Amino acid sequence: MMRSVLPVLSVVAAIFAIWYVASIGLNKPWAEDKARRAGVELSTSELILDTWSQKKPRLPAPHQVAAELWNTTGAMVQQGRALSKRSLIWHGWITLSSTLLGFVFGTGLGILLAIGIVHSRTMDMSVMPWVIASQTVPIIAIAPMIVVVLASLQVDDVVAKGVISMYLSFFPVVVGMVKGLRSPGAMQMDQMKTWNASRAQTFWALRLPASAPYLFASLKVGIAASLIGAVVAELSLSQDGGLGARMLGGSYYGQTIQIWSALIAAAILAAGLVAIIGLIQRITLKRMGMAA
Amino acid sequence: MTAPVISAQNLSLTFETNDGPVHALKDVTLAVEKGDFVSFIGPSGCGKTTFLRCMADLEQPTGGEITVNGVSPEEARRARAYGYVFQAAGLYPWRTIGGNIRLPLEIMGYGRSDQDARVQRVLDLVELAGFEKKFPWQLSGGMQQRASIARALAFDADILLMDEPFGALDEIVRDHLNEQLLQLWDKTNKTICFVTHSIPEAVYLSTKIVVMSPRPGRITDVIESPLPRQRPLDIRDTPEFIEIAHRVRDGLRAGHGDG
Ligand SMILES: Nc1ncnc2c1ncn2[C@@H]1O[C@H](COP(=O)(O)OP(=O)(O)OP(=O)(O)O)[C@@H](O)[C@H]1O
Ligand SMILES: [Mg+2]
Repeated sequence: MMRSVLPVLSVVAAIFAIWYVASIGLNKPWAEDKARRAGVELSTSELILDTWSQKKPRLPAPHQVAAELWNTTGAMVQQGRALSKRSLIWHGWITLSSTLLGFVFGTGLGILLAIGIVHSRTMDMSVMPWVIASQTVPIIAIAPMIVVVLASLQVDDVVAKGVISMYLSFFPVVVGMVKGLRSPGAMQMDQMKTWNASRAQTFWALRLPASAPYLFASLKVGIAASLIGAVVAELSLSQDGGLGARMLGGSYYGQTIQIWSALIAAAILAAGLVAIIGLIQRITLKRMGMAA
Repeated sequence: MTAPVISAQNLSLTFETNDGPVHALKDVTLAVEKGDFVSFIGPSGCGKTTFLRCMADLEQPTGGEITVNGVSPEEARRARAYGYVFQAAGLYPWRTIGGNIRLPLEIMGYGRSDQDARVQRVLDLVELAGFEKKFPWQLSGGMQQRASIARALAFDADILLMDEPFGALDEIVRDHLNEQLLQLWDKTNKTICFVTHSIPEAVYLSTKIVVMSPRPGRITDVIESPLPRQRPLDIRDTPEFIEIAHRVRDGLRAGHGDG
């Protein structure tokens, strides 16, 4: 335990140190500017303290972001306003709902395509190139257009955003599941043949369980991609709220602390989702006797 | 005299590879009678596995004829006429031992209570009673191999094809499994084709020993064993046994010499 915690802690400490130093450097010009106009002379320590406590710093210091995170989550829960429109919990929930919607449908689509590709040579030849081509489209760049078009077609906003999430998350699932469904060796396939098993029987009894480790690896990538999709989509449908909308709103008004806290909230959300899948993976593979 | 269970007539199989054709089998002719225990022995690459795979319809011959139970290997496979034991146990890690043995039964559509009874019966047969609920990783390699044999015995196939099933096991375990396999063969009256690299194993088990040699893969000698059906392990010290073992060794040498 100690051996795994120590390296992690030292990396975190290093990141914070670099972060604090960087915010001194980036916010110094503004602090000096203010002092010059006020006609006062700043000592080094005063200068440093100023760079760490500005209202609209170029780079907010970690404790400023932490305070903002607390003020928009825990503090609001204490005041009984957890779901107010100013709370990051509310915005996080909006992002989470389109992330999960897109993820569920993306995973479903990915698995179905993989099943088709593995069982049909025609699909392997015709669909696989399109699956790969789909990811060369700079979806992040055209997501706003897609979202706006979908929204104008009276598609529900959550669904419109979920589509972007789905688009980004189905790909790792297709690739992983094709590999997983093909992972049984020649011997295992021959064995099925000696029992004269049908393709459906081979699928349920062999291919599908054998693909489980690949599926989980894909799901982890997929859910992270799905969250990115949701955040990007929220930049276009910002009236609904969401972490993406918070980032956009923050950038309109130069509220860098707000941008950074939304960013960190998104990272925490992503880490949490990946960790949940990791946990399910550990439990499932252990029960299946396939723990790595 | 009934028709042979397996009959090969001038069977040939040539693999087309990038380095040119490989004659894995050339003009192989053999008849396996009902209830025979036939061992295939020969140096690596002489086509033992290929021959067994032809019987199992896992490989398509490029020449000659082969029938299993009087029909083509494909029809025999579709009728689930044989059980095949691969060199590696190949148990599914996500199924218990019982679940693994049950798998072919589920695929073949046996009824639930019939499945239960059969699993119990074959577990007893290979002396693994009580291990039904264990997972493969909880068993030793020898026990896993016995489970895979049990799996091949669970359904009503009267032919058993075994490709070096005990190849990876130590001598003691091997002796024990050989003894069990003989008892099993005696009890079930199956026809068994068995690939091995071990001369004592081949002589101890078989009613018929097929000696093969490579390039091209062919049969150089077929030895009918005069040993009785009941064979205690110490039969291996009798003069008859040693004499057959000599003949097998000579056959293997001759194959090497003109190869
Ligand atoms: N799928 C294949 N493609 C090409 N060549 C093959 C293939 N399978 C087997 N061979 C070749 O056919 C020959 C016979 O192979 P086979 O596996 O039957 O030998 P074997 O007697 O079982 O050997 P071993 O004792 O090592 O298992 C070998 O030369 C091998 O390289
Ligand atoms: Mg072989």
